[in-house]
Amino acid sequence: MVEAALGSQFDCLVIGAGVVGNAIARELSRFRLRVGVVEKELDVGMGTSARNSGVLHSGIHYTPGTLRAELNVEGNSMMEELCRQLKVKIDYIGKLTVAGHEEEIPTLYRLKEQGEANGVPGLEILKPEGMEKLQPGVNGLMALYSPSTGIICPYTFTIALAENAHQNGVSFFLGQEVTGIQKTESGFLVSTRQEKRFSTKVLINSAGLYSDRIARLAGINDYKIYPCRGEYLVLDKRLGHHLSTLVYPAPHKGKAGLGIHLTKTVDGNILVGPSNEYIDSPENWATTGHIMEKLREEGEGLLPSLTTSDIIRSFAGVRPKQNPPEIGGFKDFVIEAREDVRGFINLVGIESPGLTCSPAIATMVRDMVADLLPMEKREDFQPERSGRAKYFHELPAEERADLIGQDKDWGEVICRCEHITKKELIEAIQNPLGVRSISGLKFRARVMMGRCQGGFCLPRIVEILEKEFGYRPEDFFSYKEGSNFFTGYVRQPG
Amino acid sequence: MKIKKAKRDVVVVGGGPAGLAAAVSAKKEGAPQVLLIERGRVLGGILNQCIHDGFGLHRFKQALSGPEYAQRFIDDLESLSIDVMLNTMVLSLDGERRLLVSSKDGLMEIEAGAVVLAMGCRERTAGALMLPGSRPTGVYTAGVAQTLINLQNIMVGQEAVILGSGDIGLIMARRLTLEGAKVKGVYEILPYASGLPRNIKQCLEDYQIPLHLATTVVELHGSSRLTGVTVSRVDEARRPVPGTEEFIPCDTLLLSVGLIPENELSREAGVQIDPTTGGAVVDDTLMTTVPGIFSCGNVLQVHDVVDDVSEEAESAGAHAARYAMGRMSPADTYVQLRAGKGIRYLLPQKVSGQMDFVLSARVTEPMENKALVLRDQNGKGILRKKKIRLHPAVMVRVKVDRDRLKGANRIEMGVE
Repeated sequence: MVEAALGSQFDCLVIGAGVVGNAIARELSRFRLRVGVVEKELDVGMGTSARNSGVLHSGIHYTPGTLRAELNVEGNSMMEELCRQLKVKIDYIGKLTVAGHEEEIPTLYRLKEQGEANGVPGLEILKPEGMEKLQPGVNGLMALYSPSTGIICPYTFTIALAENAHQNGVSFFLGQEVTGIQKTESGFLVSTRQEKRFSTKVLINSAGLYSDRIARLAGINDYKIYPCRGEYLVLDKRLGHHLSTLVYPAPHKGKAGLGIHLTKTVDGNILVGPSNEYIDSPENWATTGHIMEKLREEGEGLLPSLTTSDIIRSFAGVRPKQNPPEIGGFKDFVIEAREDVRGFINLVGIESPGLTCSPAIATMVRDMVADLLPMEKREDFQPERSGRAKYFHELPAEERADLIGQDKDWGEVICRCEHITKKELIEAIQNPLGVRSISGLKFRARVMMGRCQGGFCLPRIVEILEKEFGYRPEDFFSYKEGSNFFTGYVRQPG
Repeated sequence: MKIKKAKRDVVVVGGGPAGLAAAVSAKKEGAPQVLLIERGRVLGGILNQCIHDGFGLHRFKQALSGPEYAQRFIDDLESLSIDVMLNTMVLSLDGERRLLVSSKDGLMEIEAGAVVLAMGCRERTAGALMLPGSRPTGVYTAGVAQTLINLQNIMVGQEAVILGSGDIGLIMARRLTLEGAKVKGVYEILPYASGLPRNIKQCLEDYQIPLHLATTVVELHGSSRLTGVTVSRVDEARRPVPGTEEFIPCDTLLLSVGLIPENELSREAGVQIDPTTGGAVVDDTLMTTVPGIFSCGNVLQVHDVVDDVSEEAESAGAHAARYAMGRMSPADTYVQLRAGKGIRYLLPQKVSGQMDFVLSARVTEPMENKALVLRDQNGKGILRKKKIRLHPAVMVRVKVDRDRLKGANRIEMGVE
C-alpha cells in the first residue's frame, strides 16, 4: 500500500489545476522540489477558473486587513510582469463604479476610502464630464474610477501557468479524481478514483468547489462550500468597441456578486453578467431561460444596438462560497498550513477575486511550504513560457508574411470568424499537457469561439485531426467523458 | 517574405454559386482581369454538400444536384481563363477596394477596380437562441451536420430532433433518415413552415416525419452528450405555453433557424447594412453604398433557390465589370424603395431609374389572393401583380421596367 510507484513520489502535490493550483505549482517549480498537480478534469482550468468575467480587480471592495484585500492588491501588482513572462494578454482598462442615485454616492466615497486603505493606486471620484471622457455615453451621477482594474483571458492565463510549470518540471495528472488521503509518517498517500497513487510530503488543497470535500478527506471538517452560479451571455465582437472601460453599478449590501454589468474581454467580445444564484451542485454549469432573458434585457438596456444575433453563446460559472444563502455576502479566503494535519496546506473558498489574487496566493503558499521543506532555488528556472503572446492575426502584416515564409500553415486560415490559422491549431493540438479534448483546442487556439461557433471550422478541424493525427469519429469529445461529438462513420471506410 | 502586390479589374470574394456567376459574367462583360478568391479548397461553396437534386429547375430546366449545378459555372470559368485563388482568405477590405489576402503562398495586397462581395451566409447558432441547459454535445446547425455527413463520412447522431423548418433542416431530416437515424420530428416556432413547400412534401411527408408548428425547444438535457429536449407549444407572441411541455429523448438536435449574411468584410469596408435583410444596401446595379463594391447572393439577401442567386450575381458581375472599365458611375439621384404593408423587405433599396431591374421582396406572413402593388410618392399605382399565394418562405421577384418609374422619387410596395 505504502509503496507508490517511483514516478509518483512528490515533495509537493497540488490538488486542483485551477488558476490558484497552477500558480502555486509554477511558483514551487522555481525550487528543487518534485511537484505534481492532480486534476479530476481532462484539462486544466475547467472549473471556476475558466468560467468568470476575466477581470483583474483593483481591490476596492474588500475590508482592509482581510486576505482578500491584501492578496488582491498584491496580486494585481504582480500581474503585468507575470503576463509578460507567460505571454498572456492583459489590458488595464480601468473601471467606473457608478452611482445612479443620490443615495449611492456615499458608497463611492466609502469604497474610495476602503480602496486607499488597501493600497489601491490612483482612485478618483469622477463627475459626469470625467466619466464621459472614459466611457462615452455612460449614465450616472458620479463614479469611482479605479485605473488598476484590468482584463485578462482567464483560461489562457490558467493554461499558461500550467504550461510554464510543466516546462519547469511539474508533472500534471489530468483525469485523476482524488478520493482518498491517508496520513503517513513522511507525509500523505493520495489515491484517485482512477486507481493512481501518489505519495507526497506536502499536500496542497486547491480544489476550489471541492475544497471542503478534499479537506474532509484529510480529516478536516471545518468547512462547507455553497456553490453559487453566475450566468453570462457572450456578445459578438462587432459590439466590442462600445466599451473602453469597465462600468459597474455601485454595490448593494448583502449581495453576493457585484451586479450584472458589461465586461469587455481581451479578445474583443463583451460579456453580459453574471447573475447570482445559489445552486445544489458544484458542477451545475447550466444556463437558464429566465436568467438569460434577464441578461438580454439588461444587455439591451446597456447597449441599445444589441440584437439577438449578437448573442453568440451563453455559459455559467460557479463560485465556491463559504456563506450559506441566508447569510450571503463574502467571507474571507482560508489559506492555512494546518497544525493538526502537518504538511497539509488548505485553501478554501477562493472565489472572486481569486484570479487576481492567484500570483500572491502562490507566494503565500510558497512561504508556507518553506516552513515545511528545505527550499533550494533552481538555477535553470525558466520564467518565460514558450509560445507566442499574440494571435497571428494580431501581428503586423510584415511579420505575418515572414511567418508564412517559414511555415505555410501560417497562411491557411482555419477559423474564419477569429482568423485562426492552421499553424495555431496544430500547436494547440500538440499542446504540452497532452490535452486531447476539443474544448482544449478552443481554449488554446480560440477556434470555434467566434460568431459562427464552429460552423465553418469544426468540419475542417475534424478533417485535420483525422488525416494528420489519426483521430477516429469516437475520439472527438468536448471536455469530459461521454461528451462525444459523433456516433461513428456514415459508411465504414475501406 | 515580402507582401506581394497585385492589381485586378474585378475581384470576386467567394467561390460559391454567387461568386462563380459574378466572375463569369464580369469576364463576359469585357473586364480583362477577373480574379475569384475562394477560402475553401474547391469552388462551388455550399453546393458541394448539397447532394440532393432540385437545383437548376428554372435556369437549366433540369433537376441537378448541387455539385452538378456548380460544375456548369466552373466549366464556364475555366473556358474563360478566369484567375482563381483557392485556399485563400480575404483578411481585410477597405473603402478604396484594397484587399489583403492570405494563403499558403503568403500575404498579398490587391487593388481592385471593382469588388463583388459574394461571401454567402452562416447559420444562426444555438447561442443566439439562448437555449437553456448545460451545452451538451450533439447540437449542430443543419448545415454543419450536412457537411460532416455528406462530405466527411461522419455520422452526427442516431436519434434526432430538428428545430426550425428551414430548407436545410428539412433536407437533413430526410438525409438522416436515409442514413438510418431516427428523426423524431421537426419543430417550428412559427405557425407556418419556413422552408419551401416542395421540401415539406419531399423531405418530411414522404418519410412520415412529423412537423409540429407553433412549437419550440425550450430546454436541452444532458451535460455531456445531449439526452433529450423539452419542447413546448408557443402562443401568438411566440412565448412558451406553460403545461404544454413534453420531453423528447434524443442524442442530436439540428438547428435550422435562419441564415445570417456574412457581412463582416463588408462592414469593414464601410458598406451600409440593411438591418432587415442583414445584407448591404444596394442600388439597381447591386452596388453598395461604397462606390465600386457590389454585393450579390446570400451575402446580400438569403435566397430560396440557387437559380435566383445566379441571376442576381450575373447582374452584379456585369455591373462591376462596367464600373471597373469606367463605363458606369453612381447615379446623381435615386428613387427610394420602401417596404409597405405586408412586406418585410424590398431589394434593391434604391434605384437610378435608368435601367430595368429585378425587385426582390418577402412578405411578412402567409396570404392568399392578394396583389403586390407598387405606388409612387403620390399613391399612384405603378405596377400590380396578382398573387394567389404569398408566403414568407418564398421570395417574390418582380421585373420592373424603367419606364414605369418616370416621375417617381419614392416607391412603396405593399400587399393589397
